Amino acid sequence: MAEQATSEVQHTEQMSFVRKYIFSVDHKVIGKQYLFLSLFMALVAGTMAYYVRWQLAWPETAVPGAGWIPEPTAFSGIIPPEFYNALVTMHGTIMVFFVGMPLLLGAFGNYLLPLMVGARDMAFPRLNMMSFWTIFTASLCMIASFFVEGGSAAAGWTGYAPLSADPIYTGVTWGLNLWIIGLALEFTSFLMGGINFLTTTVTMRAPGMTMLRLPLMVWMQITAAVLFMLSVGPLVAGAILLLLDRTVGTGFFLPGKGGDPLLWQHLFWFFGHPEVYVVLLPGIGAVMEILPVFSRKPIFGYRTIIWSTMVAGVLSFLVWAHHMYVSGMDPNLVMPFSITTILISVPFAVIIFAFMATLWGGSIEFKTPMLYAIGTVTTFIIGGVTGIFNGSPPVDIFIHDTYFVVSHFHFTLFPSVFLGGFAALYFWFPKMFGKMMNETLGKIHFWWTMICFNLVFIPMFVLGMGGHMRRIYNPMQYDFLKPMQGINQFITYSAILLLLGQIPFIVNFFWSMFGGKKAGDNPWNANTLEWATTTPVPHENFDTIPTVYHGPYDYSLPNQNEDWQPQHLEKEPAAVA
Amino acid sequence: MFDWFPKNISTFGGDIDYVFKLIFYIVGIGFLLGELAILFFVVQFRRRDGQKAKYISGDKWPQLGWILIPTVLVLFLDLWIDFAGAKAYDAVKGEMPVHDVIVEVSSKQYNWIITYPGPDGVFATADDITKENDLHVPVNKVIKVVLKSQDVIHSFFVPVLRLKQDILPGRTTDVWFEATETGKYEIACAELCGYGHYTMRGFLHIHSEEEYAAWLAQIWPAE
Amino acid sequence: MSGASTVTEYQATHTVPGRMGVWWFLASEIMVFGGFLAVYILYRMASHGAWAAMAEHVSAPIGTFNTVVLLTSSLTMVKAFEAVDKDARDKARNYLLITVLLGVAFLCVKGFEYSHEISMGFTPLSGSFWSFYYVLTGLHGLHVLAGIIANFCLYIMAVRGTLWSKNCQGRVEFAGLYWHLVDVIWIFLFPLLYLSY
Ligand code: HEA
Ligand code: HEA
Ligand code: CUA
Ligand SMILES: [Cu+2]
Repeated sequence: MAEQATSEVQHTEQMSFVRKYIFSVDHKVIGKQYLFLSLFMALVAGTMAYYVRWQLAWPETAVPGAGWIPEPTAFSGIIPPEFYNALVTMHGTIMVFFVGMPLLLGAFGNYLLPLMVGARDMAFPRLNMMSFWTIFTASLCMIASFFVEGGSAAAGWTGYAPLSADPIYTGVTWGLNLWIIGLALEFTSFLMGGINFLTTTVTMRAPGMTMLRLPLMVWMQITAAVLFMLSVGPLVAGAILLLLDRTVGTGFFLPGKGGDPLLWQHLFWFFGHPEVYVVLLPGIGAVMEILPVFSRKPIFGYRTIIWSTMVAGVLSFLVWAHHMYVSGMDPNLVMPFSITTILISVPFAVIIFAFMATLWGGSIEFKTPMLYAIGTVTTFIIGGVTGIFNGSPPVDIFIHDTYFVVSHFHFTLFPSVFLGGFAALYFWFPKMFGKMMNETLGKIHFWWTMICFNLVFIPMFVLGMGGHMRRIYNPMQYDFLKPMQGINQFITYSAILLLLGQIPFIVNFFWSMFGGKKAGDNPWNANTLEWATTTPVPHENFDTIPTVYHGPYDYSLPNQNEDWQPQHLEKEPAAVA
Repeated sequence: MFDWFPKNISTFGGDIDYVFKLIFYIVGIGFLLGELAILFFVVQFRRRDGQKAKYISGDKWPQLGWILIPTVLVLFLDLWIDFAGAKAYDAVKGEMPVHDVIVEVSSKQYNWIITYPGPDGVFATADDITKENDLHVPVNKVIKVVLKSQDVIHSFFVPVLRLKQDILPGRTTDVWFEATETGKYEIACAELCGYGHYTMRGFLHIHSEEEYAAWLAQIWPAE
Repeated sequence: MSGASTVTEYQATHTVPGRMGVWWFLASEIMVFGGFLAVYILYRMASHGAWAAMAEHVSAPIGTFNTVVLLTSSLTMVKAFEAVDKDARDKARNYLLITVLLGVAFLCVKGFEYSHEISMGFTPLSGSFWSFYYVLTGLHGLHVLAGIIANFCLYIMAVRGTLWSKNCQGRVEFAGLYWHLVDVIWIFLFPLLYLSY
């Protein structure tokens, strides 16, 4: 093996730039490619959020920084309603599918999974490369859709039929087709990724790495992959049917031609609800790695967390109709779905309580990743408990499709994608790029982001309680919303600040990458295998594949000199006091 | 706190607001306790010199009790919320009471077409009257609204009634309400239905008995 | 990279990664077709018999014939795999070729069916049943085509002899698993589309 490894190393050195950094089959390079893609898309979707917010606060005035958009998409910065709908749709789509998933699963899953299980690469490196280039193409489709005639998809990120099923209803032609094709490609990409995640974890673990010695991040990644694979199939079918409705002229979702518009919603949400956990799990998976390291304590209830995740995963397939309480589906089905929905808070309560118990009795150090991890937990609780309001059918009659729901899902998605994502990035950056990130800038970034995030989204609950509908271009149209316009403006100010708050991050990210302090192999004194190899990580990850002797979270074992116990080292004999 | 709600003028709106408040207090207390606990732990167990963290794996039952007992409480609260919700839901969407007045609301991009059946109380007869965007009904009467859509999905939303119902093309959906106060209120469309979605605004006129009679007499003078 | 169709020395388990990967791929395929079939069945039930009149126009005998063709091809695929296992190279090669030819035969018959139906005026736009008929059989046909291409590549490799290298051993098995799935999907489509009016 060793011989083969060296020959491969030499081989790599001769590889051309293109093979090494562009069409690379190395999971580490692919992970970074996903990272850059998702950060770029975050910038795109964040800018869209800014346009949306401006329009909501000062309707039909020119948006500063939108003057470059040519007519008829916008008129010297003034956004017309068609474009507004497209912005909202694409903001949601890109944030969920092209930021959330590529960042949490694509970047961190790909980068960490083989390292954490102690493998030299993914099981199918070439498939892995294909999965990146597939989502890359998908992103191009999404971006291209803005430049085709008729503009991009404008039927909401949920694409409800029949609005989406016939171009006459929105005036969007190829934009929406590209949206469907882009989504289908994205799904394909993550199906390929999922096959890799599962196969690698099941078959490629290092000696001694039993399933119950896997870091929780790995468990979260593979659970997410399974949820995704089992839920997306019907929606792929639905997407094909929708595309045929639009292009060939069939009528699968058009009632005039014998189709059923409700069916799309069932297909979308059968996937859509597991999907939100696909985004959530890797996000809190990062938290599960970070909390123990910075409180120098084992994660509380390792097995219990795994079980709870599985229970939540199973339940997630039985709740989808909670998005459809007022859709006109059979009212007798509403209560059963409501019960499963509200019960899903039980496994999540276990996980949240386990996080708290992990903090208890710890020796907590507030490095930036830890701040972000704690921030993720504290804000996700708000998102979680507001899900209970939505889950109660009578309450949902009133708050459905209002800003209450908008705020709920930002309070769940933002913590997992951005707070969890930042936690992960600050934590694993030293391994990925061989440099430490700047702590001061990191802390400024954290507090700025946390405070502004709450200032943006907490007032949205108030709007929702006031009955403020979502996806409306101009709230001033309604008398009952006019008194709340001040809140809308406040939110927009905060959102602009939130966006500006990312500047310290961008500075920190690039500055550290090139000029940061050199990172050691294991700057945080962590146990898991990705820290057992050298920094920068060599080709094929480990010089020799480590043998694993115990679980990932043995911090502060009694009777030991060190407060950590790497997975690949045997326990030292009890220290003589 | 709850002043932010639009005022409620329907018979079942109170039930809905009640469940909202119930959930608010339940999860609000849970939320506060949780956040305070985290804050306390974070402050209390911050790193100090010479102090080592405790080794607690949480894999044994006595330790797990610390998180499982509160979880049982959550389960119990969940069931409470479920039952309260079921009751209120039944009041809104359960058996529809016998109606006094019936109207048809048909939605299309981007208008509400409201059809009154006329004195004979039957649709599709000569005395039907169709109006755009103005829905006139009497107070303290059970109103049945027959919802239809001519193109895409719209959603009939009257904030003051706490009433919202998506309207699927190709089907009819019935809803009902009984208003307890007179006045002129806004009807909104709550489901994205195209670029004019935000303009799809109508008015609900709730008349006192005399006013309503006068309105009827004005439209069907022959009577 | 170390071939994914063999067990490598540093693996924790003795599962061949390739086999697991194929199974997961098949699982996601099943979810896609499961979605299609569920939609089809729901619509058909909601149509209250209105589809039966349309379904009468598909030809059950041709469908049955094609079912037999596809089932036989699954059998020959099993034989090919058996032969690979026993290192009976000529046999394996021939069985692969037969499988490919049977697949092609299936597609030819299907093409003939399509042209006949279209000439009778039944296009994908002639009503919900026909829309489903063309989408389901069309998608299945694409899967058959993909399988034919995969099997044909294996056949070429068998002819050239590259199939017998250590790295490629699992491939006939994997292609076989896929081919069986395509067959199983047809087993569902056949009664649902051809027999249930
Ligand atoms: C990461 C994403 C994410 C996550 C994790 C969740 C989690 C949950 N969501 Fe959310 N949701 C979305 C993303 C997410 N959601 C999105 C994107 C939409 C809108 C889509 C659209 O329409 O555009 C949506 C919409 C949505 C609706 C539809 C609303 C509507 O359209 O009218 C509902 C209804 O039931 C709902 C419920 C829930 C519930 C019950 C949970 C639960 O999983 C939450 C469980 C967690 C907790 C409860 C917190 C931990 C528990 C405790 C601290 C104990 C204390 C708790 C109690 C006493 C109860 N969500
Ligand atoms: C992960 C998901 C996610 C995230 C993070 C966000 C983030 C934000 N969202 Fe979004 N939103 C959705 C998912 C998300 N949203 C979805 C699914 C919808 C529904 C769409 C629909 O109705 O169809 C929606 C809808 C939605 C609406 C409702 C519009 C309407 O109904 O009319 C609004 C309105 O205020 C809004 C605002 C915002 C704001 C201000 C942010 C801010 O938090 C944004 C802040 C931006 C950033 C933090 C990005 C910063 C950039 C970087 C970090 C990159 C750094 C770059 C380099 C290093 C190169 N969003
Ligand atoms: Cu009609 Cu929105
Ligand atoms: Cu959901």
